[in-house]
Amino acid sequence: MSKASNKNRKTAIVLFSIVGGMVGLAFASVPLYQLFCQVTGYGGTTRVAEAPIKTAGQKLGRIITVRFDANVNSALPWLFKPLQKEMKVRVGEEVLAHYTAKNIGPDPVVGNAMFNVTPFKAGPYFNKVECFCFSEQLLKPNEEVPMPVSFFVDPEIFDNPSTKDVHTITLSYTFYRAPEDTQIEALEGKTVSTDAIKRKIKPTNNG
Amino acid sequence: MAYGASEAHDDHHTPTGWKRWAYSTNHKDIGTMYLVLSVIAAIIGGCMSWYIRLELAEPGIQYITDFQFYNVLVTAHGFIMVFFVVMPALIGGFGNWIIPLMIGAPDMAFPRMNNISFWLLAAALVLLVMSALIGDGAGTGWTVYPPLSNADYHPGPSVDLGILSLHLAGASSILGAINLITTILNMRAPGMTIHRMPLFVWSILITAVLLLLAIPVLAGALTMLLTDRNFGTAFFSPGGGGDPILWQHLFWFFGHPEVYIMILPAFGIVSHVVSTFSKKPVFGYLGMAYAMSSIGVIGFVVWAHHMYTVGLDVDTRAYFIAATMVIAVPTGIKIFSWIATMWGGSIRFDTPMLWAVGFIFLFVVGGVTGVVLANSGVDLAFHDTYYVVAHFHYVLSLGAVFSIFCGFYYWIGKMTGKRYPETLGKIHFWITFVGVNILFFPQHFLGMAGMPRRIPDYPDAFAGWNYVSSIGALITAIGTVFFFYVVYRTFSSKEAVEGNQWGEGATTLEWTVPSPAPFHTHEEIPNMEGKPAE
Repeated sequence: MSKASNKNRKTAIVLFSIVGGMVGLAFASVPLYQLFCQVTGYGGTTRVAEAPIKTAGQKLGRIITVRFDANVNSALPWLFKPLQKEMKVRVGEEVLAHYTAKNIGPDPVVGNAMFNVTPFKAGPYFNKVECFCFSEQLLKPNEEVPMPVSFFVDPEIFDNPSTKDVHTITLSYTFYRAPEDTQIEALEGKTVSTDAIKRKIKPTNNG
Repeated sequence: MAYGASEAHDDHHTPTGWKRWAYSTNHKDIGTMYLVLSVIAAIIGGCMSWYIRLELAEPGIQYITDFQFYNVLVTAHGFIMVFFVVMPALIGGFGNWIIPLMIGAPDMAFPRMNNISFWLLAAALVLLVMSALIGDGAGTGWTVYPPLSNADYHPGPSVDLGILSLHLAGASSILGAINLITTILNMRAPGMTIHRMPLFVWSILITAVLLLLAIPVLAGALTMLLTDRNFGTAFFSPGGGGDPILWQHLFWFFGHPEVYIMILPAFGIVSHVVSTFSKKPVFGYLGMAYAMSSIGVIGFVVWAHHMYTVGLDVDTRAYFIAATMVIAVPTGIKIFSWIATMWGGSIRFDTPMLWAVGFIFLFVVGGVTGVVLANSGVDLAFHDTYYVVAHFHYVLSLGAVFSIFCGFYYWIGKMTGKRYPETLGKIHFWITFVGVNILFFPQHFLGMAGMPRRIPDYPDAFAGWNYVSSIGALITAIGTVFFFYVVYRTFSSKEAVEGNQWGEGATTLEWTVPSPAPFHTHEEIPNMEGKPAE
């Protein structure tokens, strides 16, 4: 082997490792993107909060309209609808809203709710304190359960010049059939229950 | 394959028969095979597009009654033209043939890897055609957006075959890129510093770097799609916590550099042709080289301008508008430098020069509509209309393809040792130039009137310009048939060409070897000390 082909080999090794690095970056983008959505509220990803932030000031009294939307993926035999079409809420105040879901299929099924808000830019200001969407839900045949969500809208939405034109926020949920391994675990009575809003699963935006 | 002149005698036998091609490690033979593959793929992809235009000639449904099949045609046409026509011709074909000749190297750095690059691509083409013919076909568009491309909407093996095909084509491109970069970095003739490389070498070097950075991202995204479809993962399905928009980000992070991968080698070819036929060195050599470099760099940070309608917030869109428009600056530097090269030159309008000037004109038209589309506000209206179709066909179907013809007429004498028929070449140019403009210019009007892409039917209001456009497709088809006649006349020509058929304007090293270029060239490495750039 001459000196020259040795040099070629070194160059090729560097170039192959660049390729490997880029493949790695492509896969690293999946968790990074999820993190990015949660941090920035990108794509209407909402926030999770413990309790409303107590901020005094005139903005606290402002009213914003929240509309409720419900969808079910075709693979899940459920009826799912909000009990109220819209609510006028004071910003900064915790509000409780209700959905209801009913299993009209012959088998017990676990569903998973994905959610976002529109306009997307309101995502970072929409805080959920408790939500049925934080955990998986098991419904037996013909069982109907209420699905509560408590939330508040951050008053700072009126401080941001790009969001202060928002007067209506639509909160949207889509129920999907949970993956098969979850279905089996649920039927064995291991993890999920209908009233559990304890096990917080990672919220993700559904674009 | 031996590298230095001292070892070259080992390889002096010339293989014959099918082994010469199937086992080839010779850059010229592999380049020829790439060019032949590109022509075969162009016939397949071209026939698909003419069938599409036939259906669109009149409102209503005439020929393609199965709408999924229409989508399959559109998809396969796009894939074939991008991965199996433009890239093999410009990078695999002219890149392999000309780069070692231009830098004074006896062959590529890794001749065996060069062989596998080609055969992977041939296999990929077979897989892609299979994906269109098996089952329902892949009707996803070349962008393969989920959820349309997931198992709910495309069950069956077609999309999987398409993914496999792209994996192979990607592997082929990556290996080819590594080969080209290594060759260009390590095997230049003494004295040919980076800043003295011919512009085609520059353009291929930058293209290869873009391939190296972009293709692995596509490969990663395709793998995720494959596991989503077959193994129950949920990278792109919201039901399992994924997001289909992530696919769009990954795809366009590859897809936008990909369009520069297709056009940068064209810039290189056109620079040489303009300089040769103006009998002047290229104006602003360093500016030209660094304009291409900056196009390559900026090309990686503008991907979301393909995604203005997914709900990006206003600041994000403002950034992508600004970044996209910045690309017009280096591109403008190139256009004006070509004009300045011609300015005051002793211009000869031989066939390659006609294609080069045609390229510049068409690329400017496509570039201007590109700046229009860069505006997010405008793009919200034009997204997925024929305006976009007209835009990218002006820069690719007309721009990149014109540069392929340009390179063909410029180098065919060097490759075959035979002279192409000058008058017939000019006729070919004019038929094609008129045809493609009649074909694609009216599509701007259709798009501005709101005609959506990827739909086989349209309201009567769009009938007029669609008819004109289809007539343009017919003229282009006649031009293509005429091209094969020109090829036939070239190969059957008795007239031999000398080593440098273009005279004093042609200064690069490929014109110092005889025509046709012998099986082994530059066995004595030329010394470029003190020679000027270009």
